[in-house]
Amino acid sequence: MKADPLGVATGSHYMDGDHACAEGAIAAGCRYLAGYPITPSTEVAERIAVRFPKVGGMFIQMEDELASMAAVVGATWTGVKAMTVTSGPGFSLMMENIGLAAMMETPCVVVNVQRGGPSTGLPTLAAQADMMQARWGSHGDYEIIALSPNSPQECFDLTITAFNLAEQWRVPVMFMMDECVGHMSEKVDIPAADEITLTARKFYKGKKANYKPYKFNGQAKLAPMVKAGDGYRIHVTGLTHDERGYPLIDAETQARNVYHLVNKIRNNAEKICLFEEDQVADAEVVVISYGISSRVALKAVEQAREDGLKVGMLRLIVVWPFPEQRIKQLAKQVKSFVVPEINLGQISLEVERNAAGQAQTILVPHPGGWVHDPDDILKAIKEGAA
Amino acid sequence: MNVTEQPFSQSLEIPSTEESLKHPMEDYLRIERFPHIWCATCGLGTVLTAFITGLQKSELDPDKVSVVSGIGCTGRSAGYLRLDSFHSTHGRAVPFATGLALGNPELKVAVISGDGDLIAIGGNHFIHTARRNIDMTVICVNNFNYAMTGGQAGPTTPLTANASTAPYGCYEYPFNLPYLAESSGAVYVARWTALHIRRLANAICEALLKPGFSFIEVICPCSTLYARRNRLGSGLDLMKHYHDQAIIRHGADTSELQIDFQKEIIVGKFVDIEKPTFARKRDDYLSERLGKDYVPYKGP
Repeated sequence: MKADPLGVATGSHYMDGDHACAEGAIAAGCRYLAGYPITPSTEVAERIAVRFPKVGGMFIQMEDELASMAAVVGATWTGVKAMTVTSGPGFSLMMENIGLAAMMETPCVVVNVQRGGPSTGLPTLAAQADMMQARWGSHGDYEIIALSPNSPQECFDLTITAFNLAEQWRVPVMFMMDECVGHMSEKVDIPAADEITLTARKFYKGKKANYKPYKFNGQAKLAPMVKAGDGYRIHVTGLTHDERGYPLIDAETQARNVYHLVNKIRNNAEKICLFEEDQVADAEVVVISYGISSRVALKAVEQAREDGLKVGMLRLIVVWPFPEQRIKQLAKQVKSFVVPEINLGQISLEVERNAAGQAQTILVPHPGGWVHDPDDILKAIKEGAA
Repeated sequence: MNVTEQPFSQSLEIPSTEESLKHPMEDYLRIERFPHIWCATCGLGTVLTAFITGLQKSELDPDKVSVVSGIGCTGRSAGYLRLDSFHSTHGRAVPFATGLALGNPELKVAVISGDGDLIAIGGNHFIHTARRNIDMTVICVNNFNYAMTGGQAGPTTPLTANASTAPYGCYEYPFNLPYLAESSGAVYVARWTALHIRRLANAICEALLKPGFSFIEVICPCSTLYARRNRLGSGLDLMKHYHDQAIIRHGADTSELQIDFQKEIIVGKFVDIEKPTFARKRDDYLSERLGKDYVPYKGP
């Protein structure tokens, strides 16, 4: 389906990443946002608060992030596309009901404009230190999808992708921005509504008595949803449940339920993964990065090429699921992976695990508050090429 | 739903075996999930029956009614009702219900949950949702303790009452729930006990039909834990206590409704006022403020 023209601000704009994310959500058909103010993500909610009354959306500022995420899950079951927006401390609070969304297989989008942590940390300054939390933050076994934009344009484009992936896989999608990308202003081109393709939610149309809200096969073919109020009288729960949605507290049901939640993403990781490569064909060193770090890394890669080093770049756009196969392939080709990230080693662990000793992994850590110095990345590239 | 449909037939005709085997509330219950998990003499079955009776009386279309529960003994209520039913996380039933109520303005949303779930871990959501006057009915089943986890003290445990985490008696002041609800902005506030089944069902009917945040506290027996630990006798003894100690006082000042250990329980309807709901107020305000630029939220 195509986007609703009413919600699409077609044209060229000069706007920051937070605003572009809000516009992307509106273009994606999001019409429900429950959120709580937190720097540096507040501008997303502020723009939504201005725009929603003019495009038929429902914005509500909740009392905290626990409530925000719970309201998003509830709203989604009425059939609306819903999202919430936060930063680190709020992301921690949302984990409870992100787990509920994963367990209830509820499509929704959670935007995290990352700032420095732990705890209150650096409210106004960048970090990329919530990447593992995005994947593992709620208790229990489950899988989510996470994206990482590196420009205001991508904040627009990939917010639409995030909603599409959420609908396709019935999963909460983490939109992992960072403070730099959120507050950076650049040109953002918003296409015409008929050039924006959306994934519509699959709704069940058959006999009421036959409806089951879940299909546990760990495959791409998921059970269609229904809307509360349409007479299907569904039951959904955060407890371990069968395909009717009824709780069953035993190991066998747990296995069926949880393997499905995990496998529907793991078995389809190659379909979901999204990354771009540059100068990788002859590379002996590949820099792997995402978000704002990828823009700093680009400078280091260009300098290294000028210095005659065979270096390429792989930028993660979908970070979770991780492109394991591609990293395994590259590990046979390259001497080293260089992973600059604004944390003390998160994605680098995943690179190292997949490289499995066939190529070395060099982390370029940064504790947050600023971006890397390109020279630090260049130094690591030289070390990796040696 | 036809209002004349009563759960028990008034006819003298002998029903067929098939009919007589059918539970009179089967259309509203997930019979396939029975037997339920609740203890004998627990009041939760009574509350569920009163809810269905109240819903029938309200003549609301059951297809348009969603029920949300949190976690705990009462948290299992949603799962037994053959309605759109959601079993959410601990304390978050009310904000989950906010998502449903605002997501589809045609729905009537009811929350059935316990005192610990709604008032302790969910207390902040409770007061803010009442303040906003979100259109929902909250039924708080108050059994004075955390029963699912084995009888710990909670936010409504009366002073001096025993609980597993108050082994020498409770020395924390409990909440007075009708006072909390009224102060926070609820438009309808009532309290009944599990003994007052008809009055409770009528209150549930009234609350469901009331636009805005309506609240009913139901004092509920927990003979397995609360009563046993406090040596209050059997389920029947608890009912006798309600019979002897409950005083109906409609319109009572909610600040005077504190429940002391084994003392009188003031019941009745305390608040019934008119106030625009969140959705109505938002709609009216924004259409006045934005004029033709305003596009009302129509739901999915």
